Amino acid sequence: MGKTIAEKIFAAHRRDNPSGAHTVLDLDVVMCHEITTPIAINDLVERGLDKVFDPSKLKVVIDHVTPSKDSKTATQAKILRDWARRHKINDFFDVGSNGVCHALFPEKGFVRPGYTIIMGDSHTCTHGAFGAFAAGVGTTDLEVGILKGVCSFRLPETMKINIVGELPAGVYAKDVILYIIKELTVNGATDKVMEFVGPVVDAMSMESRMTLCNMAIEAGGTCGVCMPDQVTAEYLWPFIKDDYDSLAAAVADFATWHSDADARYCAELTFDVSNLVPQVTYGYKPDEVKDVGELDGTPVDQVYIGSCTNGRIEDLRQAAEVLKGCKLAPGVRGILAPATPLVYATAMTEGIIQIFLEAGFCVTNPTCGACLGMSNGVLAEGEVCASTTNRNFNGRMGKGGMVHLMSPRSAAAVAVRGVICDHRTL
Amino acid sequence: MKKFSGSALLLDRSDINTDEIIPAKYLTENSKLALKPYILEDLKLDGFDPQRDPQKAEVIVTRANFGCGSSREHAVWVFEVNDINVVIAESFARIFRQNMFNCGMLAIELSAADIDSLFEMGPDLHIAVNLDKETVLAESATSQRTFAFTLNSFDKELVAAGGWLAYADKKY
Repeated sequence: MGKTIAEKIFAAHRRDNPSGAHTVLDLDVVMCHEITTPIAINDLVERGLDKVFDPSKLKVVIDHVTPSKDSKTATQAKILRDWARRHKINDFFDVGSNGVCHALFPEKGFVRPGYTIIMGDSHTCTHGAFGAFAAGVGTTDLEVGILKGVCSFRLPETMKINIVGELPAGVYAKDVILYIIKELTVNGATDKVMEFVGPVVDAMSMESRMTLCNMAIEAGGTCGVCMPDQVTAEYLWPFIKDDYDSLAAAVADFATWHSDADARYCAELTFDVSNLVPQVTYGYKPDEVKDVGELDGTPVDQVYIGSCTNGRIEDLRQAAEVLKGCKLAPGVRGILAPATPLVYATAMTEGIIQIFLEAGFCVTNPTCGACLGMSNGVLAEGEVCASTTNRNFNGRMGKGGMVHLMSPRSAAAVAVRGVICDHRTL
Repeated sequence: MKKFSGSALLLDRSDINTDEIIPAKYLTENSKLALKPYILEDLKLDGFDPQRDPQKAEVIVTRANFGCGSSREHAVWVFEVNDINVVIAESFARIFRQNMFNCGMLAIELSAADIDSLFEMGPDLHIAVNLDKETVLAESATSQRTFAFTLNSFDKELVAAGGWLAYADKKY
């Protein structure tokens, strides 16, 4: 019997099997940010266990609220900063060099096919786009990861999600994943790895694959994963060129992680996206998704473009195509948060920032910000936001606010029209 | 070990997420105790008052996919600091479930039919968990029922050890 990519990664990292049902894995990377790590650090200090298993395997960023907005967030940042310094963690990103973790860390080349990665952040599943097993965990798992370099998981079953057909113009990875979540429901992939395969995935950029894997958690998935290939190798090439004689050699090596043809899946689903139209959420759950036309005319107060789902350069380019030469609709606020300094700088060079500014957008520094209602665009009671983020939970972007999730291009169209609309009609 | 019994708070909805259990704006707190007043603050359910209802509860009974969304362990700590150490549900989101056991607390899964029965017995329900026998004893003013559940040995060891950190520090 063949193995899935997740089973291969588990087999290569197995430290212990404490109950048969659980596997304790050795970790390649432990990622940390300032919201969930400081309590872990404080607890380790209190227990007299202020150690790290390997500083080179810790990747640390201040991203959720940055620069700090008040004394409490300043304290969180300071705890993380002092800890990184104390333990000589070189890969620490502070104000000026920081960005949204799941956009920044791939950009820095910290992810490889076959890696095991945890972070105290549910969207860690994003890194599965590189063929890694990457899972969000709580603070206790993070503490043990920091201290011992291990984490326990039930061996997850794998759901094979075959995406076929041809993605129509104006329909993106965000639309695909929203549609899949709608079909699976928010509980449909709980305790499962979501393996995204098929010609549509093969043709996707790394940015699009990250968008796809990013929202695996919204269907309950432990991890999203794509097969590492030529696209993966090209993205990672600046970081791996000393490890391989050629790109082809890297691609061949990556292929050893691919799921075997006779691997066993708990479910195999096929989605034909040839007739897919832009998707938008309604309600307070990410599986409450409709074709954009069904929400046509819904007024919004704010448009937010950014986050670990859709704050990368490809996303900004798509939005800028719509915004070029246009203005925000009267009464609509527009906020752009490029996900990383490199995204920001690239968007500057390409004239994209200028397009956003001329349209009337506020451009913020790279941060998670308003996605989880912490800063830079929190909604007031009764306000509505068209957002490229990942969660429309009640209160997510501000108490009493309503969030409609959509692609960057869809959000840009809403910014111009002031109401939810099909961007293809603009 | 923690206390695994007491009066139950019944939350009759599936997919209750961690943002509803503890909104993100409180994640800037650096102590677990500071979270205490904000338990279930953004949960909107008919007749549910987050200020009043969690006060006397020591057990939560709810439906499917409890604790979905964010990985924040704050959603477990806010229960812990309110003396709620047991959640009984039809199913849990993976991270929330693991966080419960990692803190030496119990996330118990019962069938949808058993959960229905608990809701029918409510609202004034007393729950006692017997970890050795793997049973939940539910008592109301008029009836008493026992429900069986299963826990694997690792989850039990985590509870006995007082959580994953104590377990892992000793073993790895």
